[in-house]
Amino acid sequence: MAAPIAVHLEFGGGAELLFNGVKEHHVTLPSQSEPWDMKQLLVWIQRNLLKERPELFVQGDSVRPGILVLINDADWELMNQNACACLTAAGLDCSVGLKPAH
Amino acid sequence: MAQEVCCLKAQLKEKEKEIAALKKKLAQLEKSHPTVLELHDKVTPLTPLTSNPALSNEDIMRYSRQLLLPDLGVRGQLNLSKTSVLIVGCGGLGCPLAQYLAAAGIGRLGLLDYDEVELSNLHRQVLHGEENQGQAKALSAANAVKRLNSTVECIPYHLQLSSDNAVQLIQQYDIVADCSDNVPTRYLVNDACVLSGKPLVSASALRMEGQLTVYNYRGGPCYRCLYPLPPPPETVTNCSDGGVLGVVPGIMGCFQALEVLKIASGHGSSCGQQLVMFDAQDARFRSIKLRPKQPGCAVCGENPSVTQLVDYEAFCGSAATDKCLKLNLLSKDQRITVQDYKSIMDDAGPHLLLDVRPLVEVDICHLPSSLNIPLSSLQERKSEHLQLLQERISELKQQMAGDCRPPVYVICKQGNDSQKAVQVLDKMSGSEVDNIAVKDISGGLMAWAKRIDPTFPQY
Repeated sequence: MAAPIAVHLEFGGGAELLFNGVKEHHVTLPSQSEPWDMKQLLVWIQRNLLKERPELFVQGDSVRPGILVLINDADWELMNQNACACLTAAGLDCSVGLKPAH
Repeated sequence: MAQEVCCLKAQLKEKEKEIAALKKKLAQLEKSHPTVLELHDKVTPLTPLTSNPALSNEDIMRYSRQLLLPDLGVRGQLNLSKTSVLIVGCGGLGCPLAQYLAAAGIGRLGLLDYDEVELSNLHRQVLHGEENQGQAKALSAANAVKRLNSTVECIPYHLQLSSDNAVQLIQQYDIVADCSDNVPTRYLVNDACVLSGKPLVSASALRMEGQLTVYNYRGGPCYRCLYPLPPPPETVTNCSDGGVLGVVPGIMGCFQALEVLKIASGHGSSCGQQLVMFDAQDARFRSIKLRPKQPGCAVCGENPSVTQLVDYEAFCGSAATDKCLKLNLLSKDQRITVQDYKSIMDDAGPHLLLDVRPLVEVDICHLPSSLNIPLSSLQERKSEHLQLLQERISELKQQMAGDCRPPVYVICKQGNDSQKAVQVLDKMSGSEVDNIAVKDISGGLMAWAKRIDPTFPQY
């Protein structure tokens, strides 16, 4: 079992407007049998934080085109498949920023 | 003899005075009418940039404070004078960028913008003045830059960058700065830079945030490596919708100038695989490490599918301007004109006028009898707003004889959101609220200001 983890989420560049204009969210992801990964986190965000119009945030099992996912001040793409390791290991300090570019 | 000498000396003095007066007159005239710049409406071949082998005494005096920097020095200054930079967009980013590049002594500046100066530009587009309203932005910016540093060669382009002219234009410059305000232009400039092998210093600013990256630089990623697909058009906000605090593009444009100067002087930029984000709200800069150049990238990858410029408006599904598009979501009988609404108002027929703009815009201006419920509140079915709406509909019903449906007219700034609101209200009618007859006021408050009440503010 993976223990619950505290995650600091940030939305910016206009993405915060989908979350009532709130940029910073401190959330706790519940414990689950598998370690958390980014895809699961996006689903969790969609179910628990997203207020309206999910198509402006997600498409398929990732974010929609134009949104960059950042983990601890680095591009998610740099982590490749290791994103799940990052989420569990970083614990409290793990911040996930989601920024649309314009 | 002595008398003749005296007379000649007097004449000479008189002539010298005359010459001085003429020189003064000429200088004054030149000051008020700087060298007339030719505005280019198409891309033409440029002559190679002539470079000086050494700095003149005037150069040394003018640039002395930056020559003292070991980071720049004489070599860096000479490199600047040999560099040409194309600025795509002479707006909030392009103005401070052009200003600092010219001040620092860049060799040649291409200033491109298809637009003209408007009053609503002046809070952020700081090279343009009140007297430049209606003038091509490219020309206004070029004249301002010339006043600052007449040794900089300025080429103003009053044209829309397109697939037909972008490569031809960009090939003629050493560095390109993207100061545009729309997604199709960002892809166009990126692809043209990749195809021409030019570094692209790109920035953006919206509301209270800014971003900067240098693309296609020293083996780093290009814009498409980061954003292989364009965002859905409905998710893109522009400055005329979202607003922007003028100093935010000011800061980002200055930042672009810094990176251009570092590249041009030979120092090099460190933003090649890095995204700098600026949050004006809490005065914070953050540097994000980006992915490297992507082998699968459609334009700079190993097997590129984009080998020449494509139709970027079609690719992005939006126009290459930041002007608002006019939506057409409703049938003709669901819409009325501002003239129709004026007569309804004059007849004092019972109705409800619903203004669906955000509160911040209602504070700028509104029609006196309107009820404000923002579109987002309707879409989210906010209970306090639905209750308010139901109360007003009930009041209206009491005023009206019989059981006809109370008329509700919906208005916004330009008539796009009001159409969306009519669609939402149509769904709610008869279930979430009493039966109503909803119509949109076509063209919104801006049409009202233009056609009915010229004293109504436009923004």
